[in-house]
Amino acid sequence: MLELKEGQQHLITMTLDGQEVRGSTEPRMLLSDFLRQELGRSEVHVGCEHGVCGVCTVLIDGKPARSCLTFAVQAAGRRVDTVRCLADKDGKLNDLQNAFRKHHGLQCGYCTPGILLSAEAFLRENAKPSEQEVREMLSGHICRCTGYVGMVDAILETAQKRAPAATP
Amino acid sequence: MKPKSFTYLRPASIDEAVQALARWREDARILAGGQSLVAMMNFRLIEAQVLIDVSDLAPLAYIRESNGEIEVGASTTQAQFMAWPKLAERAPLLNAAMPHVGHYQTRSRGTVCGSIAHSDPSSELPLCLATLGGSVVMTSSRGTRVLSCSDFQTGMLTTARLPDELITAVRFPTRKPGAGYAFAEMAQRHGDFAICAVAAMVSGKTTRLGVGGVAEMPTVREWSGLDESGIDDALNDLAWDLGGTDDSHATAAYRRGLVRHLGRQVIEEAKKCLS
Repeated sequence: MLELKEGQQHLITMTLDGQEVRGSTEPRMLLSDFLRQELGRSEVHVGCEHGVCGVCTVLIDGKPARSCLTFAVQAAGRRVDTVRCLADKDGKLNDLQNAFRKHHGLQCGYCTPGILLSAEAFLRENAKPSEQEVREMLSGHICRCTGYVGMVDAILETAQKRAPAATP
Repeated sequence: MKPKSFTYLRPASIDEAVQALARWREDARILAGGQSLVAMMNFRLIEAQVLIDVSDLAPLAYIRESNGEIEVGASTTQAQFMAWPKLAERAPLLNAAMPHVGHYQTRSRGTVCGSIAHSDPSSELPLCLATLGGSVVMTSSRGTRVLSCSDFQTGMLTTARLPDELITAVRFPTRKPGAGYAFAEMAQRHGDFAICAVAAMVSGKTTRLGVGGVAEMPTVREWSGLDESGIDDALNDLAWDLGGTDDSHATAAYRRGLVRHLGRQVIEEAKKCLS
């Protein structure tokens, strides 16, 4: 049985946005704090810290997860992706990010990293979502600027463009 | 908004998990999906000395059907359960309720058994378990026992689980031939805690209605031969008997209105599904 004692630092490793990273953590440290404070990854935003707002969403083994409701030690040895995984090496935005830009799917941008990751994971599972399905997925996030309409349009347009050309 | 210090244990088998529970008892908490537990730890509503993480315990990751029941292991996530190909056919009530369980982003980690273990009064899975009359399987170093859900949940966030017991699985009865099922809820935002949730099962002359979010735990009422002339009175009596109270989300009167309105809606819908 793995035992990580309280109050002690434990070295963990994970694959973060494709890179092997390591850092030390107490068992009580949240994954969101580990990514920000230990690894300096401030693109992981923190909001409510009790799983309601969705801003801290990351992907763990490809599945969306609230990093404020996950301990860093639980992500040890796993693949963790932040919003950095979306753009390419030169910082060129991916199609989903460009669609958010086009449709004004963000304003202040604070909630955006979490929403982009949720939407990315969602589109991988559901290539042809209905507007209702997109709205239900977005219900796990809170945005106080946009009213969500632009995000819904951006996600639906991305889905449509990613779908293989329909046969006539 | 950060949890108190704790020691983290990750057992490699059910035996190891049970031994750790036998040793730490009330000082330990089982961590599965953590979608309620970690939030409560962040708030310091729960302070555990030891967390026993069973989220990755392979022997508890299963969904299987036997003897007219669907058994879901303790590390099966809500997303995995929702994606079970037979869900709609074998468990229409759960199929209707699952999209209301948390959000897409929490179902990927939240577990079916964790929701039952947490026993939130407004939570959908305990409501479905109570309406269907399911059971909970618990293991300790003293052996394994199966409790019916009516014996399992004893109040708000409280259950009959003993401190050294691990919930290993939950069992939902499969669809009854000739029965109709329906689910509905009212929440401030899709996936939020239900202000009122209702689950109906109609079979022959029997009508069962479960209500969550109003009383301190899911409440089920069964009527025989309930017809159009009696339904409004029956639902009104139930609404008053539940004894809901005012809170920041809704008044007691609004909740009674929801029991009457949503109750009728799901009973009618369940009758339409009768095959």
